[in-house]
Amino acid sequence: MSLEEPTPDDGVVEALPTGGDEIADLLGDLVVGREEHMNAPGFVIRPDDVQETLRRLRDEAGFDHLSCVTAEEREDRYESIYHLTSFDDRQREASVVVPTPKDDPASQTAEPVFRTADWHEREAYDLIGIDYEGHPDLRRILLPDTWQGHPLSQNYDKDRPQIVTLKEWENPLADDHREEEGDTMYVNIGPHHPATHGVLHVKTVLDGEQVVDVDPDIGYLHRCEEQMCQSKTYRHQIMPYPDRWDYASSGLLNEWAYARAAEDLNDIDVPEYAQVIRTLGAELCRIASHMLAVGTFALDVYGDFTAIFMYAMRDREKVQNVLEELTGQRMMFNYFRLGGVVWDLPEPREDFFEMIRDFLDDLPEALEEYHDLITSNEILQSRTIDTGVLPPEVAKSYGATGPVARGSGIDYDLRRDDPYGYYDELEWDVVTEDGCDNFSRLLVRLREVEESAKIIEQCVDLLEDWPEDERTIQSNVPRTLRPDDDTEIYRGVEAAKGELGIYIRADGTEKPGRFKIRSPCFSNLQTLPEMSNGEYIPDMVASLGSLDIVLGEVDR
Amino acid sequence: MSSQRETPFVTDDSQVQTDTRDARMTGGGADNRFNSKLRQAFGSSPFILTKFDQFMNWVRGSSMFMLQFGIACCSIEMMHTYSVKHDLDRFAAGVPRASPRQADVIIVPGTIVSKFAPRMKRVYDQMPEPKFVVGMGSCTISGGPFQEGYNVIKGAEEVIPVDIHVPGCPPRPEALIYGVAKLQQRIAEGESSPVTVKPYELQQFDDLEQDEIVEQLAEEINEEDLVMRYNWADSP
Repeated sequence: MSLEEPTPDDGVVEALPTGGDEIADLLGDLVVGREEHMNAPGFVIRPDDVQETLRRLRDEAGFDHLSCVTAEEREDRYESIYHLTSFDDRQREASVVVPTPKDDPASQTAEPVFRTADWHEREAYDLIGIDYEGHPDLRRILLPDTWQGHPLSQNYDKDRPQIVTLKEWENPLADDHREEEGDTMYVNIGPHHPATHGVLHVKTVLDGEQVVDVDPDIGYLHRCEEQMCQSKTYRHQIMPYPDRWDYASSGLLNEWAYARAAEDLNDIDVPEYAQVIRTLGAELCRIASHMLAVGTFALDVYGDFTAIFMYAMRDREKVQNVLEELTGQRMMFNYFRLGGVVWDLPEPREDFFEMIRDFLDDLPEALEEYHDLITSNEILQSRTIDTGVLPPEVAKSYGATGPVARGSGIDYDLRRDDPYGYYDELEWDVVTEDGCDNFSRLLVRLREVEESAKIIEQCVDLLEDWPEDERTIQSNVPRTLRPDDDTEIYRGVEAAKGELGIYIRADGTEKPGRFKIRSPCFSNLQTLPEMSNGEYIPDMVASLGSLDIVLGEVDR
Repeated sequence: MSSQRETPFVTDDSQVQTDTRDARMTGGGADNRFNSKLRQAFGSSPFILTKFDQFMNWVRGSSMFMLQFGIACCSIEMMHTYSVKHDLDRFAAGVPRASPRQADVIIVPGTIVSKFAPRMKRVYDQMPEPKFVVGMGSCTISGGPFQEGYNVIKGAEEVIPVDIHVPGCPPRPEALIYGVAKLQQRIAEGESSPVTVKPYELQQFDDLEQDEIVEQLAEEINEEDLVMRYNWADSP
């Protein structure tokens, strides 16, 4: 694939309704009102028409990607917003708005149409308190089961005491046992376990060595990121938080997600020079992040703490040194500002470029080493090829993005499909693999490192020749930003793990009225049962490793 | 054959012996590759005269088994501390152990939220005595940037005793190494944090004071279940 816009198949794509009016015609009576979001037309529907509307949009208008479900409590109503887009053409977007009354916040579930709605609606129920009728398993997801109240609803009492249990989990299949002594065994993996990449708890039921049922239990790192962002001002206070969502050194990628949404919301331009620096920094972060993914994946599959993991850490140290030169911090960069970046490249510039070039020169050899050790290793191949299979249709239904989707052959990358920054001016390719298995996802990451290196090299070339008097790092941005009341925007960027989207509703003040994070890991993790049920337990661990989740982003 | 090899065997070996003995006593010279600090402390004598508990403290500080325990952002820096370049193993605080029963130091690397605190307490309880805690990062001191969160415990010290706090968000690997070295020093000197009752303890549900929230949850929670009760209004 090249950077060119994907050429639409004649007739097929053109027949799809794209404009707001065309979609409204398609939906007909289902639409009871219209809204205009900054990224997409919004269609207000009745709470019991959700499935019908979404099914029609998916099957007849090609909106096959339910990117995010935002729930919020307004002055006079509850609202669920389904942000729809298309895997083939990311720039086609539509929002389906479902208002529900204050006294009875219940609407139909979207789970039968898009599987990903399962967890998104559970989160909405947990934090806001909207009831989704017909949902297969509507219980709390981020907060403990015994929590009282819904913390992002308006009359939540923060000082209220809470009681959290430490109970032993029960085998959910115990009832199916014919005799007293069961056939299945129940195993808790996590929340403190080396293979779970953080504080994930996987409730696993085994039949012999095979996985019968796996249920990821999340929320052990739910540190109220959305509440934090809602209580800070746009201009400077929010920016440090994105660094801590996906903390595996993807800081700049996350900052870009917030920067992009807030800049579009406030109509701020970013100077071209700053865009190149942003692109450079973001791709460095992507390399660091993928290195960690590869290293820990090898750790999961081999249990090898000495070779591959150390090599990956060695290369991460190099990237972190470059990033530290650029931003002043190893992990929590806080380098982007609305309208640009905080400061120019470090002086002397030649040394900085030299440093990056040294790293890039060593990279092919390092990658060769990884391929020798990992991808061409027979043991790893037999462990990963054809295990954890995730067919593309299933991946789409779960809203999987990033390397997980691209490992299943879905050609979807926001850097190309919804261009931002300087990506569309540069020469690089979107990597896809058709294997749909653990091996493909690993290979996609290793190959993406090469592509990122290509991008970085071009950025360095550009920055070296940039005329000295045109090095504008920030545009003029007012000290206080107050976007108009009731403007809504949903914008995504391609983070290391996939599509990281931000929904902001402005309420006329200098703080967001609602700040919703669409985390790629959250959606990707949902595919774990699909990949693992019926497989052997070591393959489940490998699948979990190949998803490359970061719990800070899953739980937010 | 060189001329050196042809020289007869040195019969006067007093000089050689003295050099070796000096080297062993001072820790310099050819024998420097051995544990020179030990030599310095004990001289060339094969006998050690010390108090047993002092000796044990020294042993504990010099061989620490860390628990492999990752929570949030800080755990990434903790991994860097364990691996190449920083290599915490150089400071006798070796390869992380996966099981709490094999570990005597727990580094708490990250934000603790309400759902995780009981689990962390349980992991801490599973470690054998004597055990030590290094709190890594601002979140384990006060909740850090997330202090105002509705779900965030305001510091690890609300749940378990902490011996060393390493500030930073996240602290650099060098800072963590410094913290671990400080802990080793404290252990060697026989200091440790007093174990006190923390604001948030695991207790049986029926031992809780009866109030509105307990009544509400009475149907959901068994009487014998262990629970942790958070009084958000009283937390700092």
